[in-house]
Amino acid sequence: MSATKSFQMAVVAAVVLLLAGLLAPTWLQFLVTMSASNGLAVLGIVVLMRGGGATFGQGMFFALGAYAAALAPTLLGVQDAVLRILLGTLVAGLIGAICAPLLVRYRGIFFAMLTLALSMVMFGLLSKSSALGGSDGINIVKPTVLGMALHSGNAEYVLYCLTVIVSVAAGWLVSVYWNSAAGLMALAVRGNPLRVEYLGASARRSLGTSFVICALLGGASGSITAQALGHVEPNFANWTTSGELVFVAVLAGYRRVPAVFAASLLLEIVRSFSNLYFPNTWQLALGTFMLLVIMFRPEGLGSLWPASGRRKVEPALAVPSVTGGQS
Amino acid sequence: MQIVFPIVIDAVAYASWLFIVSLGMTLVFGVLKILNMAHGSVYAIGAYAAATAVALAAALGLPPAFSLVAMLLSAVAVAVTLGPLLERGLLARYYGRDEVVLLLVTYALFLMLEDVTKLIWGVNPYYVSEPAQLFGNVLFAGMRIGGYDLFLMVLAAVCGLITWYVLNRTTSGKIVLAVIHNPEMSASMGVNIQRVYVVAFTVGVFLAALGGAFTAPMISVQPGLSVSVIIISFAVVIIGGLGSIQGAAVGALVVGVARSLAVHLLPEIELFSIYLVMAAVLIFRPEGLFQSVKSRLI
Repeated sequence: MSATKSFQMAVVAAVVLLLAGLLAPTWLQFLVTMSASNGLAVLGIVVLMRGGGATFGQGMFFALGAYAAALAPTLLGVQDAVLRILLGTLVAGLIGAICAPLLVRYRGIFFAMLTLALSMVMFGLLSKSSALGGSDGINIVKPTVLGMALHSGNAEYVLYCLTVIVSVAAGWLVSVYWNSAAGLMALAVRGNPLRVEYLGASARRSLGTSFVICALLGGASGSITAQALGHVEPNFANWTTSGELVFVAVLAGYRRVPAVFAASLLLEIVRSFSNLYFPNTWQLALGTFMLLVIMFRPEGLGSLWPASGRRKVEPALAVPSVTGGQS
Repeated sequence: MQIVFPIVIDAVAYASWLFIVSLGMTLVFGVLKILNMAHGSVYAIGAYAAATAVALAAALGLPPAFSLVAMLLSAVAVAVTLGPLLERGLLARYYGRDEVVLLLVTYALFLMLEDVTKLIWGVNPYYVSEPAQLFGNVLFAGMRIGGYDLFLMVLAAVCGLITWYVLNRTTSGKIVLAVIHNPEMSASMGVNIQRVYVVAFTVGVFLAALGGAFTAPMISVQPGLSVSVIIISFAVVIIGGLGSIQGAAVGALVVGVARSLAVHLLPEIELFSIYLVMAAVLIFRPEGLFQSVKSRLI
């Protein structure tokens, strides 16, 4: 799909969602806001998955974005939600860029475990930092949006609109990246990094790019979620948060951007209704669902979409899996 | 010396139960190539089962010393029930997939077992301090040391030695090592791979349950027990080198020392001292301390 066509589709999707939001009750607006926001962090994991990395530490960037948005009003006097999102995204991206050269030396579970270790260090730092509210976290001052003050009457819908616009824009940019030479290179790295190296490209640089995009999206997600909830806490960086995001990424697969947001919405709906009707067994249902997806739809929900345009041939795997640490 | 001794004792005591749990995790990874996230859940189930078994033994009027046997039997019961069920009934269906996919399968299993545990034992905490009280305290170099801590150190050493002996000095163990080295070749030589997988996984489950059962007297057994154990065990086996028994022992000691130093000298960093060490080891020795670099296929 060309960038122009995907842009047109993104604009249509955004307009439809914004209009639909006008008709939706407040609880549904909030549910979609949360799922789209979490969907951004999941989209980051999916970009990384497609580029040959597996992370169990997306919570770190999620928390970085959230805390950056939370501290922006007090430290920098930033009241605007859009600026806070930008700030959260940039902070997470910056830390991601610093970590990337270290992480790209690894593959498979070693990559996943190192990201997990880094996010747990972040979790420990946030839990112990009294300046950041310790394990209780901190509340966030209600933002303004492009000069408009938020109040109880418009806050839900304005944040809904903001989230939809950011999510659709991020989704479009990711789809453009996936269809670019660098994006296709990332897919090749997933298949066989050594072969890519022999062809003259840098597998590490490609993985690093995927990781930084993952971090940027994680930061954007965290900053939106924090503002929607009005509160941040260290649990954002905990591995259970990362695990849940990975769950949605597996559910979505790495083939389609819309599948990511569909999977995130599905999880939010299941979570909301499960918490209401069977609070003690919802993880049981979630785990069972995940096993079924991995068994019957290993490529995720995205593989249910019909293929569009010309068929893309993915690079064949010369080695079933790469074990060991460094690549 | 007054500060060093408590640090060492705390470190070794912490490393002891951690070694028992991590030994199971590293064994399962060595044989099945699965980094098992549900290992922490089995640990929690072992602790709950031990609490139930000790309460049952007390209700039957058995002597207090029998509580230790009850804890051991509860770990055996958990292993015999869950080991074959999970390996044959679930994991076997995912063999051949990528290691990361298998990690996610066990994550799903972890989520499921969390709720299963709550459904069976509820959300209220259980306390089983009786077995720990059997041992009292021991005076050593003018310091009072918990007798149960010393018992756990001995138990960890026994578990490690038995596992090492079985793997290196018996025919069955050598068959397991052959399967670890090359499953296809072992199968062609007549080894029943499936049986080796079931037995290795069941032994791994037993060690997790044993770790949980014998830790139960020192903690309150309640939901959320598995979460922290999983990540700390991961840290141990990653530090030591996946699939290495010596690595698990050294990894447990490194984690124990890191945590103990943090608790005694810098409590603010206790929560993440373990992960700092893990990250440092991965950065400077990516395969862990006891794992050799594998050659890669193109």
